[in-house]
Amino acid sequence: MKTGSLSHAPASRVEAIVIGASAGGVEALLSIFGTLGSGFALPIIVVLHLPEQRRSQLVEVIARRVAMPVVEAQDKAVIESGTLYLAAPGYHLSVEQDRSLSLSLEERLHYSRPAIDYLFESAADAYGPALLAVLLTGANQDGARGLAQVKRLGGLTVVQDPAEAQVATMPDAALALQQPDYILTLHGIGRLLVELEGTSC
Amino acid sequence: MERNTEIELRLLIEAIYLKYSYDFRDYSGASIKRRVNHALNQFECKTISALQERVLHDPAAFMQLLQLLTIPVSEMFRDPAHFLAIRQEVVPLLRTYPSIKIWIAGCSTGEEVYSMAILLREEGLLERTIIYATDINPRSLEKAKQGIFSLENIRAYTRNYQQAGGQSSFADYYTAAYDYAIFDKSLRDNVTFADHSLATDSVFSETQLISCRNVLIYFNKKLQDRAFGLFHDSLCHRGFLVLGSKETPDFSSYGKQFEPLVKQERIYRKT
Repeated sequence: MKTGSLSHAPASRVEAIVIGASAGGVEALLSIFGTLGSGFALPIIVVLHLPEQRRSQLVEVIARRVAMPVVEAQDKAVIESGTLYLAAPGYHLSVEQDRSLSLSLEERLHYSRPAIDYLFESAADAYGPALLAVLLTGANQDGARGLAQVKRLGGLTVVQDPAEAQVATMPDAALALQQPDYILTLHGIGRLLVELEGTSC
Repeated sequence: MERNTEIELRLLIEAIYLKYSYDFRDYSGASIKRRVNHALNQFECKTISALQERVLHDPAAFMQLLQLLTIPVSEMFRDPAHFLAIRQEVVPLLRTYPSIKIWIAGCSTGEEVYSMAILLREEGLLERTIIYATDINPRSLEKAKQGIFSLENIRAYTRNYQQAGGQSSFADYYTAAYDYAIFDKSLRDNVTFADHSLATDSVFSETQLISCRNVLIYFNKKLQDRAFGLFHDSLCHRGFLVLGSKETPDFSSYGKQFEPLVKQERIYRKT
């Protein structure tokens, strides 16, 4: 396991990035995305737990602070490079084998819909070793199982350093289940994404 | 996906189609895979192949599996703003028809049916309306016919009903008995419940309005196109299509055959 150092940047080609976050997630995401330029070429798909009741302003909030295009993940949308997709509140978000997105209304998982586990597991099925999965701050157990599945299918896994996370429950749960490839601060995660994008082109 | 899982999933779905004529071949794969995995636990099967053997030789086991493959997650007046928009924007136009036919496709356990019936009764249209409520799951249809819903959800449904522009007291429409709310059976006097598959069956009637909410998200693009084709063929000139909050004909082959009436609430009209 590497902690902090990027000297072992993986040779395998990353084609998509999935990120899961819960409590404290908005700030964490903004911190990571702030480091990405407008030409960032990989697709990024994000599940952030939010209250379901009202229409989410998240797309607008993130889009104002991020150089790359930001959209709400639409059912059957083909995943485009260089686009940041945010899961819609109230629906699970999955990646299909043909690398398109799909929504569903299955029961909540860990009291959450969208569930990070469902995004990670389905993206692992679609991308295999070409996937990078990042699990950030949060107050429940969602994402741990999905992250383990990403690793089992050969993808790269990153967990935010629990010491830095606003709420460490989610990173801790992931670490208890498996050793990720990296444990990094938000700053380190931003640098990793930029570095991986460099190797992907 | 692991190669064996991929093969086994395909074989299971093919076996179900060949044996029972339920066609899940063009459903979205990620959700189907999760539900099959869930079924493996319920059936205590180690592999999908073992589950396939079980359902192939035991129709009762298949009926049990069907309950896990379909998603009976529904509520009454779900997305109240959607029903408010139907009341305000669609009802005045529906009123101009001497008789009205409505198709609720994928009605599951009936929540959408009773919501629509209540709305139509309050608008004075229920008596001249025929509602076709269809689903592929016979057990869901049976529940829908009974119109008995768990009392624990009624408070949320009541709130939805009020936000949807309800004109009465929601309690007027049901009788509480033990833990259940038994809905006024006259609401379904003009409702025909029927087995119908958007994947394999064809159009059965001309309709003025079709409601198909949170069904199409489980289909791949090809099957979505088939469903939109059926809706297009069934709807009368300028008929209404109302969808779930994340569904749209925009990206289908029928994108130009439907135009939004209230885009935000997913209410469309045949062009």
